[in-house]
Amino acid sequence: MVGVSELHEMYEEMVTARHYEERLQEEYLDGKQPAFDISAGPIPGELHLAAGHEASGAGVCQHLRDDDTVTAPHRPHHIAIAKGVDLKRMTAEIFGRETGLSKGKGGHMHLFDPDVNFACSGIIAEGCPPAIGAGLAAKKRNTDSVAVAFLGEGAIDQGAFLESLNMAAVHDLPVVFVVEDNDWAISMPKERVTDVENGAQRAGGFDLPGARVDVDDAVSIYDAAKEAVGRARDGNGPTLLEVQVHRRMGHFMGDPESYRPDEDKAAAEQRDSIERLAEDLRAHGVEDTTIQESRERAHERVEEAIEWAKDQPEPDPADAHDDVFSNPPSGVTESDPSAEVTGGDD
Amino acid sequence: MAQQEESEQQATERSLTMSRAMVEAIAHEMRENDEVFYMGEDVADYGGIFDSTDGLLDEFGHDRIMDVPISETAYIGAAVGAAQAGMRPIAELMFVDFFGVGMDQIYNQMAKNTYMSGGSVSVPMVLTAAVGGTYNDAAQHSQTLYGTFAHLPGMKVVVPSTAYDAKGLMHNAIRDDDPVVYLFHKRLMGIGWMPAPDGPKTGVPKDDYTIPFGSADVKREGEDVTVVTLGLHVHRALDAAESLADEDIDAEIIDLRTLVPLDTDTVRESVAKTGRLVVVDEDYRSFGVTGEIVASVAEDGLADLEAVERVAVPDVPIPYARPMEDEVIPDTDDIADAVRSAHRT
Repeated sequence: MVGVSELHEMYEEMVTARHYEERLQEEYLDGKQPAFDISAGPIPGELHLAAGHEASGAGVCQHLRDDDTVTAPHRPHHIAIAKGVDLKRMTAEIFGRETGLSKGKGGHMHLFDPDVNFACSGIIAEGCPPAIGAGLAAKKRNTDSVAVAFLGEGAIDQGAFLESLNMAAVHDLPVVFVVEDNDWAISMPKERVTDVENGAQRAGGFDLPGARVDVDDAVSIYDAAKEAVGRARDGNGPTLLEVQVHRRMGHFMGDPESYRPDEDKAAAEQRDSIERLAEDLRAHGVEDTTIQESRERAHERVEEAIEWAKDQPEPDPADAHDDVFSNPPSGVTESDPSAEVTGGDD
Repeated sequence: MAQQEESEQQATERSLTMSRAMVEAIAHEMRENDEVFYMGEDVADYGGIFDSTDGLLDEFGHDRIMDVPISETAYIGAAVGAAQAGMRPIAELMFVDFFGVGMDQIYNQMAKNTYMSGGSVSVPMVLTAAVGGTYNDAAQHSQTLYGTFAHLPGMKVVVPSTAYDAKGLMHNAIRDDDPVVYLFHKRLMGIGWMPAPDGPKTGVPKDDYTIPFGSADVKREGEDVTVVTLGLHVHRALDAAESLADEDIDAEIIDLRTLVPLDTDTVRESVAKTGRLVVVDEDYRSFGVTGEIVASVAEDGLADLEAVERVAVPDVPIPYARPMEDEVIPDTDDIADAVRSAHRT
């Protein structure tokens, strides 16, 4: 049974994540008015926001430690926030600044924070194999770290996912696969791309446990993830979880969503996991003023991160040439055996 | 050739964006031939993220404009199989950067089956993909990679730079009995949310017409320096040539239009005239298009070469932040500088 302090933590993370996406949307659209030009404004390029996905990141990552690995897809912000990624440096990265997580080289789809073992990738399902690799490393080193791969429901038809399920299962790797089902793979409703209604059924083909959380609810996701992460941490192998979330915004900013029925979008906006969690808090006797203080703290944290990020310097153009290798070829020098022999004499 | 000139005259009647021209060719071929169909992610109801199939669903329905699962290995391989069964599928990779997901089907099946079968099997399919950067989409969504496809034997590689070429090359691609990789630059398509430069929107004949593969187009005649390029950089090179004209440097701009087959004759003839070669490319510098063009000229016309310059993406992944992306993707100034440098030599 989840305790009230954990409920409170999840609530604050979810409010942070929601406010973050709403504020990034504003910043992104700034400079793209009146005509939308994807390369204009303070945040250029594609931007995939996760408003409506918050319960998944918060409910799962509540069970994770810094030494546990998370791989996220192209819609990563809510997961990064729940995993404890440095919010200021992540925001600076999204604004393409020198002090960003990747010095401005990665952008919002390619966030890396090794301090908390978080990474994401813009190619569908491609975070699954690295997650099982992290699980393999944990197993070989006899640690109790686990790895969690997040992916969208559109990714469950990818070879990288299916191959990873099999390899994780046969080697009993400490991995949890979390499928975030928001009903839409860009313009594709899932019933048009797979005959499987419940993505967790994919687990059966690989003989590993699978479960689906049908309601967009942080506590239900928390409970399911507790079991799955616990199983991995105890050395009992992988789990496939599918969780229902909602896509409150377009696939990417600028997506006209002309393929999406109005009522579907309206319904997504009504099923608000954050409001649901606020009700849970009230049911636990938490005062409205305390909830409101949480909201304010979360908003303030987001505003501080954005303000800080926008204040950071842009990278030097010449920096583009660095970081291709950790050990750049130009820096390689031949070792001198004679130096080693005499080295100890000094 | 006379036929092409006649077509160009009709073209003055209306102008189209590159995406409309592509779609017109696909629609025409689908009307003429029931064996042609299109598969890809978000190609039906959405109409292609980059408008590559915009409007086709209305005319042809979901059976022939097929949205597919996010399973590149499966649907590209399915196109190979359907092509070998005699159909003429078009499969779209949303971004060329995603080729890695289904690459075995592309280079070990699509590209090799004709050869491995001793010519008894043919693979008449088109693989389309969006290429290119300039809008800060970072390392996994901004590459061109046409040099990679051109390097591996067995694929014809097409890179249109205008609406006129896009339509003619698409007709040819669908009718060709071999696999054709058709790479369209996002920045040239004329998408509402990604403004194109002025050049790619051109007059396009309503009737069908083909542009033979392996025929480069001399976009601008000049006496001093030969600039060989393709895709978006045709337009950047033309802009550079205009500014260089003010400095009395007369650049000749050649649009390759296809990499496989490669029209080396047109390039060599130009270099024989100018003696100076600048190759401009949005792909990576090493082991790619620029090196290949220089080598092909040097092999047969070394004596003609007085100066060589390469302008390409340095060997780094495409960075996200604007100042760094601007640094690595060649712009008009980079091209003008290279031409000046070649001209001084």
